[in-house]
Amino acid sequence: MSHGSGGRASADLVAQIFRDAFANEWLDQGNDQASLPLPAGQRLVMTTDGYVVSPLFFPGGDIGSLAVHGTINDIAMAGARPLYLSASFIVEEGFPLGDLDRIAGSMGAASRAAGVPVVTGDTKVVERGKADGVFISTAGVGVVPEGITLSGDRARPGDAVILSGYIGDHGVAIMSSRENLEFETAVLSDSAALHGLVAAMVAAAGPSLRTMRDPTRGGLAATLNELAHQSGVGFRIDEEAVPVRAEVAAACELLGLDPLYVANEGKLVAVVAPEAAERLLAVMRAHPLGRDAALIGTVVADERQFVQMTTSFGGGRIVDWLSGEQLPRIC
Amino acid sequence: MTIAPVSPAAPMAERVRVRLSGAVQGVGMRPFVHRLAADCGLAGFVLNGPDGVTIEVEGAGIATFLARLQAERPPLARIEGLAIEPIPAERAAGFAILASRGGPTATRIVPDAATCPACLDELFDPASRFNRYPFVNCTHCGPRWTISRRLPYDRAETSMAGFPLCAACAADYADPSNRRFHAEPVACPACGPRLTHPVAEIATALRAGKIVALKGIGGFHLVCDATDEAAVATLRRRKGRDAKPFAVMVANAASVGLVAEPTEAEADLAATPGRPIVLMQARPGLLAPSVAPRLGRVGVVLAYAPLHHLLFAELAGGPAGHAVAGHDWRAANPSMLVATSANPGGEPLVVDDDDAEARLAGIADLIVGHDRPIVTRADDSVMQVVAGRPAFLRRARGFVPDPIPLTEDGPDILAVGGHLKATVTVTRGREAFVSQHIGDLDGAETLRFWHETVAHLLAVTGVRPAAVAADLHPDYRSTLAAEAMGLPMLRVQHHAAHVAAVAAEHGIAGPVLGLALDGHGLGADGGAWGGELIRLDGAGWRRLGSLDPLPLPGGDRAAREPWRMGVAALHRLGRSAEVGRLFATEPLAGPLAARLAAGHERIATSSLGRLFDAAAALLGLAGRQAYEGQAAMEMEALVATPRALDRGYRIEGTRICFAPLLAALADLRADPVRGAELFHGTLIEGLAAWTLRAAADQGLDRVALGGGCLMNRVLAEGLDAALRAGGVAPLLPIKLPPNDGGLSFGQAVLARRMISREG
Ligand SMILES: [Fe+3]
Ligand SMILES: [Mg+2]
Ligand SMILES: [Zn+2]
Ligand SMILES: [Zn+2]
Repeated sequence: MSHGSGGRASADLVAQIFRDAFANEWLDQGNDQASLPLPAGQRLVMTTDGYVVSPLFFPGGDIGSLAVHGTINDIAMAGARPLYLSASFIVEEGFPLGDLDRIAGSMGAASRAAGVPVVTGDTKVVERGKADGVFISTAGVGVVPEGITLSGDRARPGDAVILSGYIGDHGVAIMSSRENLEFETAVLSDSAALHGLVAAMVAAAGPSLRTMRDPTRGGLAATLNELAHQSGVGFRIDEEAVPVRAEVAAACELLGLDPLYVANEGKLVAVVAPEAAERLLAVMRAHPLGRDAALIGTVVADERQFVQMTTSFGGGRIVDWLSGEQLPRIC
Repeated sequence: MTIAPVSPAAPMAERVRVRLSGAVQGVGMRPFVHRLAADCGLAGFVLNGPDGVTIEVEGAGIATFLARLQAERPPLARIEGLAIEPIPAERAAGFAILASRGGPTATRIVPDAATCPACLDELFDPASRFNRYPFVNCTHCGPRWTISRRLPYDRAETSMAGFPLCAACAADYADPSNRRFHAEPVACPACGPRLTHPVAEIATALRAGKIVALKGIGGFHLVCDATDEAAVATLRRRKGRDAKPFAVMVANAASVGLVAEPTEAEADLAATPGRPIVLMQARPGLLAPSVAPRLGRVGVVLAYAPLHHLLFAELAGGPAGHAVAGHDWRAANPSMLVATSANPGGEPLVVDDDDAEARLAGIADLIVGHDRPIVTRADDSVMQVVAGRPAFLRRARGFVPDPIPLTEDGPDILAVGGHLKATVTVTRGREAFVSQHIGDLDGAETLRFWHETVAHLLAVTGVRPAAVAADLHPDYRSTLAAEAMGLPMLRVQHHAAHVAAVAAEHGIAGPVLGLALDGHGLGADGGAWGGELIRLDGAGWRRLGSLDPLPLPGGDRAAREPWRMGVAALHRLGRSAEVGRLFATEPLAGPLAARLAAGHERIATSSLGRLFDAAAALLGLAGRQAYEGQAAMEMEALVATPRALDRGYRIEGTRICFAPLLAALADLRADPVRGAELFHGTLIEGLAAWTLRAAADQGLDRVALGGGCLMNRVLAEGLDAALRAGGVAPLLPIKLPPNDGGLSFGQAVLARRMISREG
């Protein structure tokens, strides 16, 4: 980008890039807001999210597609159908226009592929050093059908825990590109919009679905701990049933990470009544984003709300809810 | 409190009141006093009160009585306070044991004690009602801590509550002249607990090479014939324990020599009533090789429960069913058994019979339980003799809950310890009660045991803590649990706690120098600490220096896989080109070296434990550890004489750097023995020089040595000697293990001072 700390010329230029990339009937009206039709008789679901990722481009995606997928997924996890997105961009002065074009293009493509338009947006250019390249803030709305009330406090002992596929891909893709790690097979981010998969799951399991969550930052470990606390239950997860790609396992071994704590951007965990588990699993496996879905464990009664990994050895290793990064603990 | 000197020459009042405190209840003190008073021709009484034992005696023999009271006290009694006051004579005749006086219970429960000689005589006496009874005990021996729910120590509050005394036992229990007077666990075949299997059947299984789960005092053991390599290998395979040494149980002191070559101090230690496992030089020959692979020493424990003695008698007696009557329990017995904690998958020791069926079925061929419940599990304690003194490696059965005296007043608090080798500490006045070894808090069951232990220790001490102390580490399970307690919380740095623990067990608050030689602890600056020179003064402490840091590639993985530290050391030496040659079997060694070269590894550690790992890896010893500390232990086992490498270390400002030593080790693969000796010798010389320099700078003449590396006896004894030679008094961990097993005590000590300082 040539110049313009808020200067009209550059700001207009930036705004135009996104208008071109997202073009749709609401955005094209050029208003400061979008006026939208909503299906009647359904409850509105709304979310907002911020995206700061380094590097901005990574194997399998970039900050733009990630922002679309992440926002859609947060809505979809309520069992809802996402309808509209908004996006706001903080761009650092001096950021290459070509890169901005790429981000906008990928974001537009992701939004079109998902069928969820970006209906309103904003751009700000800030001084050099006041941002790290590009930050994106989004909001999203969707609707949830009558009778579907997914919530993190609804897991009950005996429920089945289903994971939609391989874990750790996104985090490892990011770290690999940061460190220029090379593996025989490149690890790609799993960044994907899950609302199609969710729609199929809701259709198949309906009210038997207790809750769903996408294990993003903090990985599967953080998500299961959140659900355990919200529902006041424990989880017993069969370590061997959790799908981890060999190359992800190898990268984690090198980096000293546990894949359970590594971020995902295209996976979900579902807690479902036991009788619906097999049916749900079949439906998920029939969907491209749930092909590797697996039953990974069960909800158990546990006043201490432990998430335990059980191995073939029978021992129950607690999967902690870490305060931050994985600090060494072996003395 | 001190023991008042009693001078027989001093004029003695006609009647005196004597108050005893310490471990004086539940140990046979009252019948002993009763007998002694009769011996001395005195009138009066004895009773148990809330603060200990009160005695009043009247007559001419008071001076003799007082002298003998201390000299001949019961074996399990420990008199910590003795106050004598003259009172008016009452001229009444006779001596009585009066009913216990109520009031707040400040009394104690004593540790479990090995079966005493008198009970063993009865065990093998066909005329005794206790003949062959696996639960015989008296006031001088038997279970205490492991069967007690809470205070007061009374049968109703123990797991013996469900066994009403038969007439014979009731008579013994009520008879002040009997060894079983108020022996709470007293029982006989007519009224007491029963074993699920005959002893002969157990012996037959063991002879056939089977694995037997045996319910003992603090939990189940897994037992097999220690001379039977196939049996020991089977146990290893079934328990999923590849290399970690097993302890060996022998019948008695006369039998130790069959498996080991103990020093006199080691032999004495093994025979103490606490019956710890004692590390001794192994005697090659009889023991199956996989009992303690690649370690020169073996842990030996003497039989400590009646069941053990019956079993050894049966094994010595030939085929099943052979009479054990007339068996001499003192004579050398050729049988030796592996006796390892039944804790499958790193979970806590199995204590319940039902649980044993569920959890040990795949491991043991025969599960032998009994119906006396274990209230609190307690592993066997493990000790070694360091610089001539007994020191703990693991403190549990036989020693808990003996308190550690504190020299300062402070609030009653709970300290929650670390994450591995966890213990908790409760303070009450000037006493600190350190729990038994709990284990590593990675597993859910161990964490549940941790919570039970906190509750049990608070119940048996009657303490309501005013605050809780925890480590700085935000993700230690103990820290998280402490946060949830809703008490004012104090966070104590790991190595400050290690140093404070050692100083405090020696009664020193500071100023004192501290040398923490450890694996890892979160530093006050967020760093990975583990080789630290500290100045401790009351509640305050300061880091004076540390080991020159090495990268810690892969965090905790580096602790499990010493080859990573080997790669880190080569990187540090600028010799990464040799990574491929030295670590050819590790596919990730190359990529790891590349990461280090690119500066991607952000964590660096001043840990001495990781330096040990690096050295072991460079020498080609354990690239991967099957158990914690394996690399360091195997390296220690190679050392005959520590030798210092000339200019093997550099003291640079506040840091000490062993890079020259590492460089030498990287060239010594062909001679790991020499490498191990150089490593230990240079460490000792360097660390001592570094410490002596700091002592001179700080004007201090004592140094407290703490941290897990002090489990290494060569290092501990070498530093002890070198520091002494340099004119500084070394304080070694004696009452508690040097590793994180002592951490809770150090946290308690520092946190109390922090609270007291704030007023
Ligand atoms: Fe430590
Ligand atoms: Mg979100
Ligand atoms: Zn006895
Ligand atoms: Zn009886």
